[in-house]
Amino acid sequence: MAQRITVDPITRIEGHLRIDVEVEDAAITKAWSSGQMWRGIEVILKGRDPRDAWLFTQRICGVCTTVHALASVRTVENALGMEIPINAQYIRNLVMSLHALHDHIVHFYVLSALDWVDVVSALKAGIKKTVALAETLSNWPGNSFNRFKAVQEKVQAIVDSGQLGPFANGYWGHPAMTLPPEANLMAVSHYLEALDYQRKADKAIAILSGKNPHIQNMSVGGVTAAINPDNETTLNIERLYWVKQLAEEVRGFVHKVYLPDVIAIGALYKDWLAYGAGVTNYLAVPDMPLDTRGTSFDLPGGTIVGADLKTVKPITGFNDPYFKENVVESIAHSWYKGDWSKHPFKEETVPDYTDFQDNGKYSWIKAPRFKDMPMQVGPLAQVLVGYAQGHKLTKKYVDDALSRVSTLAGAQVGADVLHSTPGRHLARAIRAAMLSDLALEHWDKLVANIGTGDLEIFNKPTFPKGEQMGFGFHEAPRGTLSHWIVIRDGKIENYQCVVPSTWNAGPRDGKGAPGPYEASLVGNPMANPQLPLEVLRTIHSFDPCIACAVHMLDPHGRELTRVKAL
Amino acid sequence: MTRMVEEQATGFRVSRRGFIKGCTMAAAALGLSETMVPKLVEAATSPKRPPVVWLHFQECTGCTESLLRASHPDIGRLILDIISLDYHETVMAPSGYQAEQSLDDAISTNEGKFICVVEGGIPTKDGGIYCKIAGRTAMDILDDVGSKAAAVIAIGTCASFGGIQAAEPNPTGAVGVTKLLSGTPVINIPGCPPNPISFLGTVLHYLTFKRLPRTDQLGRPLFAYGRKNHDQCERRAHFDEGRFVEQFGDESHRQGYCLYKMGCKGPQTFANCPAVRFNDADVWPVSCGHGCVGCTEPDFWDTMSPFYQRLPGVTIPAGGRGIVDAATSKGKVILGAAAGAVGIHAAVGVGKKIFGSNEDE
Repeated sequence: MAQRITVDPITRIEGHLRIDVEVEDAAITKAWSSGQMWRGIEVILKGRDPRDAWLFTQRICGVCTTVHALASVRTVENALGMEIPINAQYIRNLVMSLHALHDHIVHFYVLSALDWVDVVSALKAGIKKTVALAETLSNWPGNSFNRFKAVQEKVQAIVDSGQLGPFANGYWGHPAMTLPPEANLMAVSHYLEALDYQRKADKAIAILSGKNPHIQNMSVGGVTAAINPDNETTLNIERLYWVKQLAEEVRGFVHKVYLPDVIAIGALYKDWLAYGAGVTNYLAVPDMPLDTRGTSFDLPGGTIVGADLKTVKPITGFNDPYFKENVVESIAHSWYKGDWSKHPFKEETVPDYTDFQDNGKYSWIKAPRFKDMPMQVGPLAQVLVGYAQGHKLTKKYVDDALSRVSTLAGAQVGADVLHSTPGRHLARAIRAAMLSDLALEHWDKLVANIGTGDLEIFNKPTFPKGEQMGFGFHEAPRGTLSHWIVIRDGKIENYQCVVPSTWNAGPRDGKGAPGPYEASLVGNPMANPQLPLEVLRTIHSFDPCIACAVHMLDPHGRELTRVKAL
Repeated sequence: MTRMVEEQATGFRVSRRGFIKGCTMAAAALGLSETMVPKLVEAATSPKRPPVVWLHFQECTGCTESLLRASHPDIGRLILDIISLDYHETVMAPSGYQAEQSLDDAISTNEGKFICVVEGGIPTKDGGIYCKIAGRTAMDILDDVGSKAAAVIAIGTCASFGGIQAAEPNPTGAVGVTKLLSGTPVINIPGCPPNPISFLGTVLHYLTFKRLPRTDQLGRPLFAYGRKNHDQCERRAHFDEGRFVEQFGDESHRQGYCLYKMGCKGPQTFANCPAVRFNDADVWPVSCGHGCVGCTEPDFWDTMSPFYQRLPGVTIPAGGRGIVDAATSKGKVILGAAAGAVGIHAAVGVGKKIFGSNEDE
């Protein structure tokens, strides 16, 4: 007989998420994903100055800080038909890539490692054996005898104190925790080192943007970080080299610690490569533009249908109608009145909170669809879309990672194992390796351009009378983010955000098709329904961000936009 | 890079030195003499780490993220050595029932003794349904947990004053902690997000002196919110001499002139940004060419916007010729409210009212 389990709160994510599952014969047969918070930021934007929108939307999320800022300025620029100086493009690209590096490192170690790593088991590790294990993975200087010993003593001291803090009531000793003690100790050591390296990425962002989280150097039309090699208060060569040094240090951590750790966990938990695929339609947009208008990019975008890489169809630029015309959001199972699917420019939503109804409405999150299909977004989509198009950098890192997984697991694995729970982690680490290379490349491009004497960072936006519509996208750490704006007489008439975690965490649509979280849970094993570790593994592999996923609607039932043919 | 990694590989001695340096900086920020440093270190490393319960409501986790970026003490040291972070949804290992168990344990074992940190606004409209955790509304949870805490620290502008979700038209009826909770001392650490040193300084102060630091009438500690950004700004000389940025990217911007005409709200914002700066990178928004948006002030989303229009009512020197000119504003209606709010602030007098029963140190 099926047993119903509710996990609320899901922790080690951003925001408030509830997951319900039905379990039968130690496996999940049905799942529901429910966003539990709503703030109404898009409502608050109505009537305001479009130049201010990025400051507001950035506060949709402090974990995904920078990403809504970037999407928002691109959106207003798109509505005005603007281009921005190439220096501004490179600075934005640096901020974007460094933020993604911070975010991926934090996600793997702080938010998800404790699903796979048994902290208490690390106490049983032999130090010399741990060093030996670590040396098979990389030559990272932090993998030393003294370091591992100090970390083990630290864990022992915490356990002895009886104050386990955030580690209390963890899933220690759970039957699904199968790493050897040495792997656990190494991972705990890297968890602590990760805290230092994520901070380096943030520091580099702050040098360019004033502070972090919530940067303050964007502007519709460019960036505000003035460049002047002959001034001590602006971006000069000292500041720029500081950014470079930090980016290099972070790159070292990604290549020698993060990526090898994920490869090892993927190999040591190879049974899990069969679980968690869920929705295998993928969507990613291109990013890291190489020109002032966003027509060529370092990172490719596109769609894949039904796990078939041959179906790949590229998304080519900031104005590509293939993306613009095919996005809709469904509210059939969301706490809004009606059961429609509409394009973001046409949405008008009225709240209708009903509490949790299994077959009715059960979430504040909407269900976005592309050509009426649920799509999985995120690093896995990014990597697969690039791989399918033969993108050189993607192919290099995917092939290398798969060959290392194969060696460690003692069995040949191909790209098909990426459609899985560990596959999402692996794709994220691959994406991080790519971004760590590209950050340095874009630093070179920026400095070379400054060297030509070009110091431009800003084109002034002008808002004509009448109506302009625009959209902007950004391939954020959690996947495809798009903002949609209607401007009337220089003020915001309507603003919508279609967010990565909305694509992934959304509920069923009008046809009953489940969203990626829900689909990915079905078939997962569950050793002990009272201790839902396996649910956490699969949900965390998406890197949920619920503040992002739920952000919209008008509680007074006012029409937010006039319906308009596109 | 190798050298630094080796330093880390030698273990925690380096971190401890960094930590003591952090305590020294925190002491300086709190206006204490260096002789207090050993006491701060002792308080912060006592055998039983003080329990902390961290609640998330309508928020973006930016305040937690800011702590992740703190360097002194860093997050590892904070949660492993200084406090016992018994409940914090973003970092804790357990979920669901086990997470609720952690909350119950922390409260029942430490009733009246734990510090409650609140991140995020609290929606009050429609019975509070806009934010629920484990089936309970944020209002219920705050009432239950907050009333059993020794003190509540409201981190960020959302928990302090309602924040972005409370901006017009405040669709969910969001408010800050002090609007709902009575009977438990509350201190506000606003900012979007606040500088982590402002939060950590408050925690260390409380652990050391067993009371909260002195505050202004908005509940903000004086060591962090006692002065205006404008009065501590490195570009102040340009303001005084009438040298202003006229447009982003122009020659005046490349010379690092004053950003007042670009909409900087520093003249009416009480904060420590130019003094302590951010991310150990010697920066704050103004140093990266963008005006202050006033994020430590109540209702700044409404009172300080549009963000690229200048504050009214500020008397500015003009053109370096000694001619004094009163600024005009296009955003009179909204910005007028900011001037009003600050006027009240000034009338009451920053620092005149001391928090709770604190006496002068």
